[in-house]
Amino acid sequence: METSPQVTAAVQGPLLRVCVGGRWSMHEPWPREAAEALGMLPDQRVRELRLESEDLGQWDSSLLVFLVQLVKAANARNLSLHTELPEGLDRLLKLAFAVPAKEGSARSKSSLGRVARLGERVLALPPKIEDFLNFLGEIMFSLWRLFLGRAKMRPMDLFAAMHECGVAALPIISLTSLLFGLILAFVGAVQLTQFGAQIYVAGLVGIGMLRVMGAIMVGVVMSGRVGAAYAALIGTMQVNEEVDALSTMGISPHDFLVLPRLLALMAMIPLLTLYADLMGIVGGFVVGTVMLNLNPLEYINATIQMVPFKHLIIGLIYGTVFGAIVAVAGCYQGIRCGRSAQAVGQATTTAVVQAIVGIIVATAIITVICNVLGV
Amino acid sequence: MPQAAFTAKIPAATASAPRISVRDLTVAFGSFVLMRNVSFDVRVGDIFMVMGGSGCGKSTLLRVLMGLKEPQQGSVLYDGENFWNGTEESRSRIMRNTGVLFQGGALWSSMTLAENVGLPLQQYTELSEDEIREHASLKLALAGLAGFEDYYPSEISGGMRKRAGLARALALDPQILFLDEPSAGLDPVSSRLLDDLILELRDSLGTTFVIVSHELPSIFTIARNGIFLDAQSRTVTASGNPSELVKNPDTDDSAMLFLTRGGKHGRQGESSENSPAATPQKEQA
Repeated sequence: METSPQVTAAVQGPLLRVCVGGRWSMHEPWPREAAEALGMLPDQRVRELRLESEDLGQWDSSLLVFLVQLVKAANARNLSLHTELPEGLDRLLKLAFAVPAKEGSARSKSSLGRVARLGERVLALPPKIEDFLNFLGEIMFSLWRLFLGRAKMRPMDLFAAMHECGVAALPIISLTSLLFGLILAFVGAVQLTQFGAQIYVAGLVGIGMLRVMGAIMVGVVMSGRVGAAYAALIGTMQVNEEVDALSTMGISPHDFLVLPRLLALMAMIPLLTLYADLMGIVGGFVVGTVMLNLNPLEYINATIQMVPFKHLIIGLIYGTVFGAIVAVAGCYQGIRCGRSAQAVGQATTTAVVQAIVGIIVATAIITVICNVLGV
Repeated sequence: MPQAAFTAKIPAATASAPRISVRDLTVAFGSFVLMRNVSFDVRVGDIFMVMGGSGCGKSTLLRVLMGLKEPQQGSVLYDGENFWNGTEESRSRIMRNTGVLFQGGALWSSMTLAENVGLPLQQYTELSEDEIREHASLKLALAGLAGFEDYYPSEISGGMRKRAGLARALALDPQILFLDEPSAGLDPVSSRLLDDLILELRDSLGTTFVIVSHELPSIFTIARNGIFLDAQSRTVTASGNPSELVKNPDTDDSAMLFLTRGGKHGRQGESSENSPAATPQKEQA
């Protein structure tokens, strides 16, 4: 018995005989005659296809693929078909054509022009904006229900979320804010020592951290830590139809899933901001006393004198807004997540990107407002 | 013999050595023993059913056979070769000879159906892109999904996903196929078609099937052999052909209850005490 796959094809009048033999394996290439046999099919004289086997050893799908191609080509030309193949092979061949391809199921790869694609994207925008506004509206209704005491939110969920975005985040907030205070003090010191005004580092770090930088640090860290987690969690619940299960029981997913997380973040981010402010000032204090040889007491006094209390309040306002942005971005992406692993990944990425962009834009807006109000 | 090679004839099932042989298997999660002293043989070309109520460890047993969970004790032999004692290399060689259909299909959602079926071919064969595509189309057509090559798993129905999962399991022409609840969630007609496909593949390719199922119609139609796992005694309480087990008065009670849908204890069983629920299925077969 031959060890390599064999094909012999011959045209006899209107009849095309294709005989297969030998051993077929998907680890071996087709014989050259296989392509020739396929090439003979379009011949106008051929009216009939006969498939035979001779000395056929072991075979696998590669033989079946070859035969299916022959039969497809024959069917396309409406040739009559006769098979004299081993029973198992014959049955599989029939099975491959048992369920016809569904009409219109094949995908046509339509390629749009660049302008058309741009147009499609722009046209897709208004529904997206509307969808987002709907989501915000739902949250407002949820808050209203909460105010009336009718929201179906479990206090446990709220406390768990508060723990997750509060206490559990302290270590990373400590590290980042402390280092950020150090950096701020360093950068300021380089300029200020030229005038012998090292003591103003205290004011620079204090105002910088309290007014905006502390809140931004917390916002950015939390969007990566918590916003991404919300999107992934709610997105996976969406994949598992857990969100739908809530809806069918008359429990609004917005009440049950979004509300506790939104409230937790809005409550905890200002507190974290306060903590970050302190850590930042400690960072500045370390640079001031160790690098710039300032008296520790002098540094603390300068901080108290140079930093008005209003900056703290403004910083907390920033923080609360950032908390809302991170929670809304995370939960919105989670709730609108598609039903696949890929969609969950996409939702998580989008949530973080949207949260960070949102934080920066909000910072700009609030800063302008503060400027106009003169605070 | 290179993997994925098979003869067109059905091997003489009774005479040959067992394809899978399980000896004194004990499976545990930590200190919780899920099953102990499980032994059985799956012969070449068998359609072997793993039956049992919920929580008796059917799926876990399948995971042990598939090489996803290591047993605490006992051995799993593939064609006489010890699976869990072997090297990493021998394990991956054995696994390449098997195909798995997971309960939910477990298709990779970022790939089209053709890419899903094509990935194992890309990894383990030298076929060109076009040839892989042809192979994938063939496997999808065998599973009744001709024309759906470019669909993503999220765009098709649950039953179609299951069939696509089967097409992927078939990709490398495995000698052994593990199916985890293949007909769960399918309508009766689709379920019947899947049974026919399983029988067809067994008859024409000589593939050995190990199937976890509790769909009685399907069990009586296709199973030739099987075991019944019991959650209480945590071991095999009955083994053999389900159609014969149900007729044998010596069959263990729990297995009998399973095979007769609660038997005379169930409401429907009251009217037909002497003829178990298997009768209508036999007509269908």
